[in-house]
Amino acid sequence: MISIQHLSKSYTSKEEIVVGVDDVSLEIQGGEMFGVVGYSGAGKSTLLRCMNILERPTSGKVTVDGIDLMSLSSKELREARQSIGMIFQGFHLAMSKTVVENVSFALKASGVGRIERKERAEELLNLVGLSDKANHYPAQLSGGQKQRVSIARALANNPKVLLCDEATSALDPNTTQSILQLLKKINHELGLTIVLITHEMEVVKEICHRCAVMEDGKVIEEGNTYDIFAAPKHQVTQKFIQTVLDFTIPEVLLEKCKGTIVKMKFTGESAEEAVVSDLLQEHNIRGNILHGKVDYIQEQPLGTFVMELTGDEHEVRQALQSLHTTLAEVEVLKDGRSVGSIMA
Amino acid sequence: MVDQLVQLWPELSNSFLETLIMVGIGLTVALLLGLPLGILLFVTDRELFLENKWVKGGTGVIVNLVRSIPFIILLVFLFPFTDFLLGTTTGPVAASVSLSVAAIPFYARIVESAARDIDRGVIEAAIACGASPWLIIKDMILPEIKPALISGLTITAISLIGFSAMAGTIGGGGIGDLAIRYGYYRYDNFVMFTTVILLIVMVQGIQYMGDIVAKSVKKS
Repeated sequence: MISIQHLSKSYTSKEEIVVGVDDVSLEIQGGEMFGVVGYSGAGKSTLLRCMNILERPTSGKVTVDGIDLMSLSSKELREARQSIGMIFQGFHLAMSKTVVENVSFALKASGVGRIERKERAEELLNLVGLSDKANHYPAQLSGGQKQRVSIARALANNPKVLLCDEATSALDPNTTQSILQLLKKINHELGLTIVLITHEMEVVKEICHRCAVMEDGKVIEEGNTYDIFAAPKHQVTQKFIQTVLDFTIPEVLLEKCKGTIVKMKFTGESAEEAVVSDLLQEHNIRGNILHGKVDYIQEQPLGTFVMELTGDEHEVRQALQSLHTTLAEVEVLKDGRSVGSIMA
Repeated sequence: MVDQLVQLWPELSNSFLETLIMVGIGLTVALLLGLPLGILLFVTDRELFLENKWVKGGTGVIVNLVRSIPFIILLVFLFPFTDFLLGTTTGPVAASVSLSVAAIPFYARIVESAARDIDRGVIEAAIACGASPWLIIKDMILPEIKPALISGLTITAISLIGFSAMAGTIGGGGIGDLAIRYGYYRYDNFVMFTTVILLIVMVQGIQYMGDIVAKSVKKS
């Protein structure tokens, strides 16, 4: 649906060239929810704004639904933009227009007649659950309601793509959830391709099928959300994952423990099996859980546990061996005998 | 005192009418030409949807040029133009020419600065909707700045009353002319106070009305 090839965007300011996006290539499939994650200044917002030429890339190619956006005349670009909806962190609603007028504006842009505009606007407000606020002004609405209006506006012309620029960053956790559910519903019911950029890993975990991580204008990691969460490769990605799945054990506790402390990651099917209890029985050792959680990402379980293993030194060693063969990731945080040294 | 007032009445009402004509024409022209000019200044600015540094630069220079000439000098400077246009340089209509020329850039700058106050994001959202520049101007920018446009007209009207007094002294007529002729040349304090009071009432009235209208169109 969206194909980005070798896209770069740089700005010239005071004889200095600032690179916003640096040679990014991405393929986003139709009907997919794709997340772009990164710290502020990573270039994710610029990348998103290149997808409807709100910012014109310095070089590279952007194709949306088979149309090369860079080659269009300004009139053709306006038409193409009508099938690319966009919502923003700051909602960007016209304060002098009522809710229904704000939605109608997008319809006006595509030349829809007055009577049809009214019908369609009502239909859209119904979709986002704001039928009763049609004649309110944005100033009378809460943040979540404003974002719903802007979603209705973005969907007005039956777009194929919805671009979300930090759409939930200004909202409280509850409202964020409800907006995410709405996006999920839209994606599901209308088959809309949704690209969203965010610095909140929680958002990606919640709704994105795939995601890309950006740093310094480059995509440093890309893949299925589950895979990224299960095995983040890049340091920045790991940091992001840590914001959602943090398994740091306090130093004091690490020192107190006598046994071998091991961090185990269960992915896919292994998360559903009784790996741990089998292990303890088989090797006749004792296990004490220090930290642990099973997360469901895209309806697949991802479990992380930190355990202290105590018992015969030889048995513990063997248990670790067998863990290595069954699990995706096993990390020994502390060896039972010599504190501080890490053995694989 | 009543006698004096009755005696003065015909001339006073005539002057009042002349001032109204001058301010009215100036204001109308400001609205008709200053508004589009202000919008032009705004939309051709950097990072806006009709960005054009030559148009923006050129228009900006002309606007500043007119605004930097003191009005009394602009009046005299425009005599040949007024003469060419109307065949005369006296009377309120003739004075309206230079008042209009002064009012256009004045109002244009007010419109421009009002438009600048719009959240850029709102305009960006309109662009992302695929709206044409004309639709964005007509249906997004103008409604958003409507209250500011009206209070801007109020400011312009009040400035025009001040300017019209100057225009009056060199043949334009109006209340200012009356005040100078009687008050300054004949030391007739009664006429002078009357005209000053009339001007005060006029300005207060315009401000009051402008505020009411601006408030009534303000939504949200």
